Amino acid sequence: MPKALQRLFLGLLLLLPLAAQAADADYFIAAKANEQARLLQDWAAQPDPARLELLSSLQQGRIAPDDTRNLRLNNRLRGLVDNALASHQLLSADAEVRLAAAQQLQKSAQPAQVAFLDRRFASEADAAVHAALGLALANLQLVDSDPAVRLAAVRLLGETGDPMARTRLQALLEPGVESNAGVRTAAETSLAQVKRKLLFGELLGQAFSGLSLGSILLLAALGLAITFGLLGVINMAHGEMLMLGAYATYVVQILVQRYAPGAIEFYPLIALPVAFAVSAGVGMLLERTVIRHLYGRPLETLLATWGISLILIQAIRLLFGAQNVEVANPAWLSGGLQVLPNLVLPYSRLVIIAFALFVVLLTWLLLNRTRLGLNVRAVTQNRNMAACCGVPTGRVDMLAFGLGSGIAGLGGVALSQIGNVGPDLGQSYIIDSFLVVVLGGVGQLAGSLWAAFGLGIANKLLEPQIGAVLGKILILALIILFIQKRPQGLFALKGRVID
Amino acid sequence: MNQPLLVTASQKAGPRWTLAIGAVVLLVLLALPLLSLLPAGHSLQVSAYTLTLVGKILCYAIVALALDLVWGYAGLLSLGHGLFFAIGGYAMGMYLMREASGDGLPAFMTFLSWSELPWYWVGTQHFAWALCLVVLAPGLLALVFGFFAFRSRIKGVYFSIMTQALTFAGMLLFFRNETGFGGNNGFTHFRSILGFEITAQSTRAVLFLLTVALLVASLYLGWRLARSKFGRVLTALRDAENRLMFCGYDPRGFKLFVWVLSAVLCGLAGALYVPQVGIINPSEMSPTNSIEAAVWVALGGRGTLIGPLLGAGLVNGMKSWFTVAFPEYWLFCLGALFILVTLYLPRGVVGLLKKRGEQ
Amino acid sequence: MKRRSLIKAFTLSASIAAMGLSWSIQAAETIKVGILHSLSGTMAISETSLKDMALMTIEQINAKGGVNGKLLEPVVVDPASNWPLFAEKGRQLLTQDKVAVVFGCWTSVSRKSVLPVFEELNGLLFYPVQYEGEEMSPNVFYTGAAPNQQAIPAVEYLMSEDGGAAKRYFLLGTDYVYPRTTNKILRAFLHSKGVADKDIEEVYTPFGHSDYQTIVANIKKFSAGGKTAVISTVNGDSNVPFYKELANQGLKATDVPVVAFSVGEEELRGIDTKPLVGHLAAWNYFESVDNPVNSQFVADWKAYAKAKNLPGADKAVTNDPMEATYVGIHMWAQAAEKAKSTDVDKVREALAGQTFKAPSGYTLTMDKTNHHLHKPVMIGEIQDDGQFNVVWETEQPLRAQPWSPFIPGNDKRPDYAVKGN
Repeated sequence: MPKALQRLFLGLLLLLPLAAQAADADYFIAAKANEQARLLQDWAAQPDPARLELLSSLQQGRIAPDDTRNLRLNNRLRGLVDNALASHQLLSADAEVRLAAAQQLQKSAQPAQVAFLDRRFASEADAAVHAALGLALANLQLVDSDPAVRLAAVRLLGETGDPMARTRLQALLEPGVESNAGVRTAAETSLAQVKRKLLFGELLGQAFSGLSLGSILLLAALGLAITFGLLGVINMAHGEMLMLGAYATYVVQILVQRYAPGAIEFYPLIALPVAFAVSAGVGMLLERTVIRHLYGRPLETLLATWGISLILIQAIRLLFGAQNVEVANPAWLSGGLQVLPNLVLPYSRLVIIAFALFVVLLTWLLLNRTRLGLNVRAVTQNRNMAACCGVPTGRVDMLAFGLGSGIAGLGGVALSQIGNVGPDLGQSYIIDSFLVVVLGGVGQLAGSLWAAFGLGIANKLLEPQIGAVLGKILILALIILFIQKRPQGLFALKGRVID
Repeated sequence: MNQPLLVTASQKAGPRWTLAIGAVVLLVLLALPLLSLLPAGHSLQVSAYTLTLVGKILCYAIVALALDLVWGYAGLLSLGHGLFFAIGGYAMGMYLMREASGDGLPAFMTFLSWSELPWYWVGTQHFAWALCLVVLAPGLLALVFGFFAFRSRIKGVYFSIMTQALTFAGMLLFFRNETGFGGNNGFTHFRSILGFEITAQSTRAVLFLLTVALLVASLYLGWRLARSKFGRVLTALRDAENRLMFCGYDPRGFKLFVWVLSAVLCGLAGALYVPQVGIINPSEMSPTNSIEAAVWVALGGRGTLIGPLLGAGLVNGMKSWFTVAFPEYWLFCLGALFILVTLYLPRGVVGLLKKRGEQ
Repeated sequence: MKRRSLIKAFTLSASIAAMGLSWSIQAAETIKVGILHSLSGTMAISETSLKDMALMTIEQINAKGGVNGKLLEPVVVDPASNWPLFAEKGRQLLTQDKVAVVFGCWTSVSRKSVLPVFEELNGLLFYPVQYEGEEMSPNVFYTGAAPNQQAIPAVEYLMSEDGGAAKRYFLLGTDYVYPRTTNKILRAFLHSKGVADKDIEEVYTPFGHSDYQTIVANIKKFSAGGKTAVISTVNGDSNVPFYKELANQGLKATDVPVVAFSVGEEELRGIDTKPLVGHLAAWNYFESVDNPVNSQFVADWKAYAKAKNLPGADKAVTNDPMEATYVGIHMWAQAAEKAKSTDVDKVREALAGQTFKAPSGYTLTMDKTNHHLHKPVMIGEIQDDGQFNVVWETEQPLRAQPWSPFIPGNDKRPDYAVKGN
């Protein structure tokens, strides 16, 4: 009998966590938002491994993995769930989970959690988690009653480059907050230290955003550097080639989703050749039917290609609707790389920078290392002479125009990953593209490269100082002035050609 | 066609016909505003809609003519003429806003809690100063831009792209609320001009007549220019600038003169456009508008005086009709027009007419 | 193969439209109503669906016998996103086509452009979009929200515990009149709630801005100084790059929520919504609102889109301005029935106090004097299916304050419509 009782008791004990969890869940879902918030705060201060599953489900917006009851969480509750979950995850056996949890707690820990964090800090074996926990704790210890604890916390915060640390230290240095002179001086040194680190991160961030903007301008302008720069066609439909590339990406995305859902992660890679083919095909068609008749009349190509661009825009609008279409970033292009506490480099932008350089290299090789490239350059320099030497100028024109358009299509794939895909996509890039090509010097690939990165970085340096709008205006004014000085652009063709 | 068409035409048998048609068109244009004064319901009455529509197209025609002076004659394709047009319009708009707001600040400023007018608004309550601004603002801008551009011998495509960048920058600047021109809403809700109610039929008629007068005056000016030695130098400049330089001419002065003249004409057209249409805002500076103006000229026939007028009339007339009848296909039609004209009508409609005349 | 059939469908529909045009001229005894929405140009992206919604509503009213025993005949024109053209087309609708009423406009500037025409010719315009207020014309009925029916409740929500109790506000907008005015009102409102200037940052971008790296970095920096919320009046098209940048730089809705005033279901159709989940929007209607009127409304719209083969019909959504268009047309029809006439002055009189059971789930009232609807305010959280989950709503419809009390001088404005204001 006692044995049986003992067994029953043991069994109940084993069941207890489960029961507790079910009770917690039921209680939670029945509670009002304020009560839910209080519950989450309590749980965060006194973690219980049994609640781990409930909290991770809550983070996913559910009560339990298989429970479909409608749960209305708002941002405040989501924040508290994140915090409580992190608290619980500190009890995990996996050091990586603990590290992530400690980092989350650096942002979100509440004073009520100090005691718990203190205990974990004392017993933590892993060095990295220990350090991260120390920081999370230091954030809270700034208001500790013991000056020695405060001093240690202040010193520790000085080691980080965390933007939150600056605010906390600044708050400490407000008159009347910190009475202890030693802590004050330490806080001042720490603050200076943090500010230095932050400044470093900010400058790096600015440089990166400049590079990134430059790479986008470059991708947008590179096709034009061929159609306009080499062939002399003022291709106002260039923007629409970008747009076609972006729409090709969209169509590929849909097709892959429908017929090969397994490959959806890599649809942008599949889209690259498709976009190239579509834009190049349309480009060649236009060259054969319209532009061919207009060589040597550059200003008239402007009008004709403007007409083409209007038709393409309206055609896309009728086919796909006037609204933007949805092009999703695959997982490997979402998120970013945390380099410094205040510097995240988004993967999509990193990939686009690399892709831009890759396309430039490819174009350069095509133009300088292949027969086609040789022919293109020959036709550019002297059409009649090239024809006399047996270069099939008509074919070369068509292929070169196709190449320029195709590269624009590749640019479109990249643009679809960072912005809108809509019928007007091309219009927003056309002026910038022309400025890049003209600034770099017509006919000069290297010029376009420098001009794109130059413009990107200049733009990003100006923006924080005078705002985006004035920055853009100033850049335009500077380009106009620059062209006055060097009418042939950065990299002028050397020669004594005169019309 | 090395000589301007009108010159050629007047040397041939055509002048009588040209003059006759011109006279008829002019008579119709002069009759329109008078007919609009008839009481409503009269069978010959011209509605305010027709009058403002034709008035608007006439303003565009002046822009086309001005653009043709620099493009058709001097070979400088400007993709920024919308800027000069809009600046002229804004100068007039400033006066109209002051007139509408009386002693207070224009409505959009009170709404931003500005307590006093920015310095560039000083004096705009006087019509005379507004008129000076209409001429001076686009003229000076053109002078400065042209001086530097022509000094560094920027031409061809570079010139086009630079003017495009200029108007784009202008548009961005005027879009800002802080610039003090009403942001993207621009100026609307005008009440009166020189004390006359702006919606009155008679005010409309007078504005219309003024537009016709400006058009005729610019035509005359263009005609005199084209016939003069100056016009020939310009044409030579367009066709072979270097040879002209070797002959001892300095092209800069010629270019600058016609460039500034063209900008001022645009400004005046803008000033007449604003009270008739009732709104001026930065979208007039959008590069698209300026490109469209180039199409009017190309369609009509550049290097001629009649061509741009025809082009502006045709395209805008079509636009008004098409956007009602087939709204979704309007862009197809406009696009096809651009392509067909450049491919098959390099000399525009005028070229076509002339060819027929020769046969 | 799909494209080919589409092209066929277009040519077919064009010829049918042309036939319909000639037919309608012969048919007598109809009431003409104008539809003034851009079908080409930059605004086509937003306005095309309003045109279709207007056509659907008119079709429904006609199916029930029309107004005063006459069928409605829509006259569609395309002002092509060109503001002076709005004035011209407005004049054309009123004087040439002699329409009884016009439904149209989206941007404030287009409304400002046609306003003098409607006042001069005593026309009637229904304007269906949220706007900055500071206007009240006797010739316009505003069925979208005034700032106090959208912006201010949204900020009140952000200040509340549930909204995250934000202490600092980053006001981000496209540089034009609506964001500037709204932010001016919001700044005055925040001051009145004790938020200091150092806790408010106002940043503007040019139209069509697509590079938000610097701005997102600034938001991050700003948000380190305390619980921050971003109030975005970024113009439709720039939203995608903004949200993508936000997500890629690791700013989550739980850290820094963004509440947007121009992002609705239609805009979300063009966005991969995964990175946006948890961000907010404030409107007076969401497609996800659960009530019988709305279910019918949404189903009708989806069926209509399919029947007319509208582009993207399989993913057709409804949104706030579409609901406002729908409500506006019905209110006008009711008023015309009540007045037994389509005469503008009589209809205007009949419209005052007119009520309509709207898809938002509320019975909306047209105010007796100020020409604006009383509207409920809802805050919706973006979900991963592109819909909104309503997290907060007002208990009853709010009366509009087109002259915001937070702008000095407005206290002297009359609370009824006067010409030329």
